[in-house]
Amino acid sequence: MIASPQPERIAVNIDGREVLVPKGTNMIEAARLVGIEIPHFCYHPKLSVAGNCRMCLVEMGMPALDPATKQPVMDPATGRPKINWVPKPTIACFTNAAPGLHIRTTTPLVKDCREGVMEFLLINHPLDCPICDQAGECRLQEQATGYGRGYSRFTEPKNVKPKRTLLGPRVMLDDERCILCSRCVRFCKEVARDDVLGFVDRGSYSTLTCYPGRKLENNYSLNTVDICPVGALTSTDFRFKMRVWFLKVTPSICAESSVGVNTEVWSREGVIYRITPRRNDEVNDVWMADSGRMLYKQVTADDRLTRHRVGGSETSAAEAMARAAELLKAGGVAIVGSGRSSVEEQFLTRKLADALKAPVGLVGRVGQGDGLLISADRNPNIRGALVTGLIKTLPGPRLTELAALIDAGQVKTVLSIGEDLAAAGLGAAQLKRISVVYLGTHANATSAAAAVVMPTLTVFEKAGTFVNQQFRLQKFAPAVPGPRGVDDDLVTLGKLVAAAGGPALAGAVDGLWTALAAEIKSLAVVTYQNLPATGLLLDGSAFAALPFPEGEALHFKPAGPATAPQP
Amino acid sequence: MPPPAERRLICQHLGEPGYTTDLPCYLRHGGYEVLRKSVVRRPEELIDEVKKSGLRGRGGAGFPCGVKWSLVDRRSGKPIYLIANADESEPGTFKDRYIIHQDPHQLLEGILIACWANQVKQAYIYIRGEFPQGARLLEAAIAEARAHQFAGPNILGTGYSCEIYVHRGAGAYICGEETGLIESLEGKRPYPRIKPPYFPAVLGLYQCPTIVNNVETLCHVKHVAAMGGEAFARIGTNNNTGTRLLCVSGHVRRPGYYEFECGKITLGQLLHEVCGGPPPGRKFKAVIPGGSSSKVLRFGERFNLRLRDGSTVDWGVEDIPLDFDSLAACGSMGGSGGVIVLDDSADMVAALANIAAFYAHESCGQCTPCREGSLWMKKITARMVHGDARPGDGELLKSVADQIAGRTVCPFGEACAWPTQSFVQKFGDEFKDYAEAGKHRSAATPALV
Repeated sequence: MIASPQPERIAVNIDGREVLVPKGTNMIEAARLVGIEIPHFCYHPKLSVAGNCRMCLVEMGMPALDPATKQPVMDPATGRPKINWVPKPTIACFTNAAPGLHIRTTTPLVKDCREGVMEFLLINHPLDCPICDQAGECRLQEQATGYGRGYSRFTEPKNVKPKRTLLGPRVMLDDERCILCSRCVRFCKEVARDDVLGFVDRGSYSTLTCYPGRKLENNYSLNTVDICPVGALTSTDFRFKMRVWFLKVTPSICAESSVGVNTEVWSREGVIYRITPRRNDEVNDVWMADSGRMLYKQVTADDRLTRHRVGGSETSAAEAMARAAELLKAGGVAIVGSGRSSVEEQFLTRKLADALKAPVGLVGRVGQGDGLLISADRNPNIRGALVTGLIKTLPGPRLTELAALIDAGQVKTVLSIGEDLAAAGLGAAQLKRISVVYLGTHANATSAAAAVVMPTLTVFEKAGTFVNQQFRLQKFAPAVPGPRGVDDDLVTLGKLVAAAGGPALAGAVDGLWTALAAEIKSLAVVTYQNLPATGLLLDGSAFAALPFPEGEALHFKPAGPATAPQP
Repeated sequence: MPPPAERRLICQHLGEPGYTTDLPCYLRHGGYEVLRKSVVRRPEELIDEVKKSGLRGRGGAGFPCGVKWSLVDRRSGKPIYLIANADESEPGTFKDRYIIHQDPHQLLEGILIACWANQVKQAYIYIRGEFPQGARLLEAAIAEARAHQFAGPNILGTGYSCEIYVHRGAGAYICGEETGLIESLEGKRPYPRIKPPYFPAVLGLYQCPTIVNNVETLCHVKHVAAMGGEAFARIGTNNNTGTRLLCVSGHVRRPGYYEFECGKITLGQLLHEVCGGPPPGRKFKAVIPGGSSSKVLRFGERFNLRLRDGSTVDWGVEDIPLDFDSLAACGSMGGSGGVIVLDDSADMVAALANIAAFYAHESCGQCTPCREGSLWMKKITARMVHGDARPGDGELLKSVADQIAGRTVCPFGEACAWPTQSFVQKFGDEFKDYAEAGKHRSAATPALV
């Protein structure tokens, strides 16, 4: 790991407490460091500063300087430097730490400012919290409770604005709820680089809208829903489906590409309702792609495999296992592993290959990187396969070596872990010459023709780790249980290893890690349990010479320091 | 005491029979002679003259022009822009319009001298969209000036080049605020920028150092260059130098624009003698001295003040000298020079409703207090004049205004809060009467905006 240079630290004074903060820190973040909350709506740590909500107004002061000596003037009463307080309140979000800076967040003026802003924000805000999808995670509700007066003096008619505007296929806008904080506008412009949102009309009648003829349909549009502090922007996929306080949150990793976006999976009673990004400043900041958020739908997809089959007929898991063991023990086995399997599964796949002395192939998936959070490598865990020794070189899109082995008559049985062999380049004649044992989550041409089908779990139903394109080991946990009768992938693979005469290995992540760590030195430093939530960078230098398809490093740069103006 | 005579510097030819807007007429009256003499002087000398003149900005804030120029970042290597702020939008103000409509070359000459002094190669005139004739006149004047080498490439053979462009606004008050203006000029919504760090002198148009001066200020630059800073400083009073254009409207017999030495005429002299007093049978009740955003003065109130020079005064409204400092000492401001007069027939609640409607309509909507507060004040005052006034409305209005002033991105917050605060404070009785008498506007009066 490369240590970032330590930024210069500056002493500032917040409510009488001296605090050392990195130079350039704004006062909202500085106060957060010492546990003081400065309420805000428009400020977002990953976006440029707009300073428009005025909720973060604080009192600011600087030490008085003697005009002659330029030395601080001391207050004889306290023996401390005399502070010149600015009479007008200042926004904390645009005030950066400077030597000697003082702020006060608890004075009557600050209290009055917050009450005033809260009152103003609420006078034209509809009182539809009972039916609002944001309830439970609404900054306006929370801060009205924390910093508002608790009553309204407004008796005039409220403004009327459009209630249901479809900004794009995935985002619905309620203009009456919008507090015009411009977070979504700034996100589209600065992060998604798709400058489609803006305001029309003026004053209190200002309305958020798309540029004429355009839609908010970029693959990052749902991030606007995440950062909307109120219920103005809601997800068409999630709105009105479930109250957020009923949902269980499980940390997970997005399997869409080798970026390994950190996510949270929101579920209740075994049903997933939505996926949102989880903050990891070194991987995905606080963002994720819309396409990754929809992956939960695969859990209940129509083509999900939930039954064991032998020769096309449903059987018990034990019978399927027995038949699979028979085929494997008959010899002439090749294994098609997967870059979508977890590190632990890949380790067991390798053990199986070792026991059977079977050749191993993988299917590479390369697409177009989008320069943000979808990389060219659409397998989430190719580097896991390298680290576990399952493969030595990067896989191509077609199984040419396997095809040659089949043609040479050396392979009679192929164990495929979720890969459609026809799609990976095996011809009909080649497929006819082999028996297939298929382990996978979803049906395809290969599973339909397989001699044995053993259903497995999706990433949302099991625990494990992926190694992302930075060689960062990241873990995911099961959010929902798998289909009834379907074993954990590690259990299934463990049984196959044992049947093939390999070592008996534990069928759960925790236990398996002991064996893993004993064998793979780079993984010996952690266990599944103590792996940090934001992952751990492994040493990938041994594979540096491989031609990885990503082409570029993750470059998720947060918005520059607040004081650096955009050219 | 009789009022002093008008001292017409800028208005010298305004309204003069036979004086036209074309270049030959301007040249016959000595036009561009000051520019001719200025472009052979060192730029720093001209900046010094402006500093010595004590010229204060005529757009509203009264910030010293020389100081504004000296704050410009000249070491960044970026181009310096100059913008003439002709977005004259403050209700009650109509001086810049007369200058542009009747003597556009005077403005151009002032701009060009200011540009030479600051080594500006590109200047803009940001003119409000409601002045189409003014925009056409300026375009024509610029074409004439370019054809005669007063503007454009190689001005008067000196090798110095400066282009002037006219940019028309689209009809928004906030574009008169300098950073809002700059945003608008860049083609964006005129959301004012946050100061600091976006001071135009450092990070202005296209993030380059930029000078934004009012039309009248730039015309004064010509006269400063002509007579020298020290001579200019002798006009008017200490710290309030030069002449001032005053736009008088409302309940007086002779409304119009007048040019007087700063501080040499009192409000009473202006209204009673110069403007002929109130209409027959009426008495003055209130005056808004510096455009609608300045705080109202109530005839009859007294100002017992200690001035900056240490002297004490006991003024009535009529005694206040019309300059920046005296009006500020009385709690109001000279602002843009728009003097709005109300006589005893005026309904102060209806007047405030009118002002509140204007500011609610013009709030850009960027920051919360102004956006929501201005419309709330409009809704309250509109309800009052439409027959549903309630006890406590005055206090509520004042409280709403107090929640705006000083807490917004730009000075619009003060502009919409000050009228409300001062109307309620000084005419609280009328607000009370409204609720108690169930008073409302007669059906014959026109509807509010």
